[in-house]
Amino acid sequence: MEAFLQQLINGLSLGSIYALIALGYTMVYGIIKLINFAHGDIYMVGAFVGYTAINSFNFSFFPALILSMVFCAILGVAIERIAYKPLRNATRVAALITAIGMSYLLQNGMIYLVGSETRAFPQVIQNKVYEFFGLQVSQTQVMIFATTIILMLALQLIVQKTKMGKAMRAVSTDADAARLMGINVDNVISFTFALGSSLAGAAGVLVGLYYNSIEPMMGYAPGLKAFIAAVLGGIGIIPGAMFGGFAIGIIETLVSGYGGSLIKDAVVYLILIVILIFKPSGLLGKNVKEKV
Amino acid sequence: MKQFNKKNLGWLIFIAAVYIIIQIGTSTGIINAFYEITLMTILINVILATGLNLIIGFSGQFSLGHAGFMAIGAYCTGIVSIKYPTMLGLMGGILLGIAIASLVALLVGIPTLRLKGDYLAIATLGVAEIIRIVILNMNDITNGAAGLSGIPFIANWQITFAFIVISLIVIINYIKSSPGRATISIREDEIAAESMGINTTKYKIIAFVLGAASAAIAGGLHASYFSVIRPADFTFMKSVDILIIVVFGGLGSMTGSVVAAIVLGILNIYLQPFGQLRMIIYSIALVAIMVFRPSGLLGTKEFTISGLLDRKNKKNSVKEGGAE
Repeated sequence: MEAFLQQLINGLSLGSIYALIALGYTMVYGIIKLINFAHGDIYMVGAFVGYTAINSFNFSFFPALILSMVFCAILGVAIERIAYKPLRNATRVAALITAIGMSYLLQNGMIYLVGSETRAFPQVIQNKVYEFFGLQVSQTQVMIFATTIILMLALQLIVQKTKMGKAMRAVSTDADAARLMGINVDNVISFTFALGSSLAGAAGVLVGLYYNSIEPMMGYAPGLKAFIAAVLGGIGIIPGAMFGGFAIGIIETLVSGYGGSLIKDAVVYLILIVILIFKPSGLLGKNVKEKV
Repeated sequence: MKQFNKKNLGWLIFIAAVYIIIQIGTSTGIINAFYEITLMTILINVILATGLNLIIGFSGQFSLGHAGFMAIGAYCTGIVSIKYPTMLGLMGGILLGIAIASLVALLVGIPTLRLKGDYLAIATLGVAEIIRIVILNMNDITNGAAGLSGIPFIANWQITFAFIVISLIVIINYIKSSPGRATISIREDEIAAESMGINTTKYKIIAFVLGAASAAIAGGLHASYFSVIRPADFTFMKSVDILIIVVFGGLGSMTGSVVAAIVLGILNIYLQPFGQLRMIIYSIALVAIMVFRPSGLLGTKEFTISGLLDRKNKKNSVKEGGAE
């Protein structure tokens, strides 16, 4: 039982990171129906920005986190404006290929800039370990969990209470109707990319702290898993992405904790297939009739 | 219907000419051992690209798991031909690979291709990873991460060439058939196709399974020619490499894919020294092509013998007209 609870705690930390990435996927999908394959690589860039800020400029944790979020937000908007905006009315395949191209560009660009070797992320947080009832919780884990919850609350506040959030929800419901109501759809889409990418940037810094290593290809697998998390929760639904992220994180940790560390990735991909067979709209999704 | 019409005869002569040119090249030593590897890579890429083009360019679905199906073909062929190092073993291995790849494609395709949207892309991405993880973990048969080595060299470029001809004939005849036209109509407008009474799921699945089967053939030939295969050869990167060929050649142009595979194969020799920069150039090109020419460099244009004949006839008739 104790081992199980311990795995649960570890799973929550990993799940927080997946949830932060999944939020970006889900918001972008909700608003322009595009799987933004480059999202996982934005998260990688976030990790490297955090690394550089801490290593070269001696930033402490929070300024590095914020710098990384701002940088990723700008990067996300730039990618949207340059690569995705001209394709808004193109076929889905064209948009997806562009997204793949962008992802490939970020990966290879980063390898070109910094080399492909793995780097150790500087440990800016004292690694104290707290014990509760025989369960170990490290300072980093607390920090990851707290940061995630704060960011999620902030996101929820922005989406539900601000004018921009209202515009986002309007555009995701019906972009044309929103445009007729005087909403600047382009700006709303850019804002969505900025929000999603900044969350991915935060996740990048947090994962650097948690796993202590970063490399240019690190975005691929977590990006894919975060997307699966978004599908699991119901793509386009913000609480769904949070739920899905935590669920995938916990499942992955439990599988590897009980001797399946070699197949933990396969289990996650299998969840995707199962969810696509039985409930493609996701666990929190409603069945929407396709309208012609 | 006459099978030996001008058009088919033209293609037959063309195929024979290409074969003879390569044969002369290899026997005179112009195509040396190094270039022969490039030649094989190009030939295998032709099969991979035409198969992927059928899925992406003709049925309008997005598959990112081509490397996974290639891995199935490669490992089946590798395992079978190590046991039976004969031509029969190679063919048996490739057939087994086709069977398993088609089965996996069917299992993935049926649930995901019912859905509208991009679920196939993400599901195939997941499946390709599952295939790789399964191969990594079946140590007794696949030798895990170290991969299979010592696969007997049976395939050569002649066999590969024959497979290209066969798979192109199958794919192109499928496209030109009534089910093929139904498949293309899904790409053009899924809702309109559905309202014309086309079972869209069925044709999407047929295209996907055909594409997967051709990837398995390519994988089998790859294993037999290069003799060493590792799970790391069949990652997402491999799928993207094939995607690049398809996009350069034009989504919906089979001859375009063939030309692109050849041009990129030759280009790769010269860009090899640039390493990472080459990848960056390709990825920028990928984005730029999609932004400026969303249907790929050549679009749906095909180079055809009949087109050549038509143009000649037109020229002649213009000349005659001018004489009057």
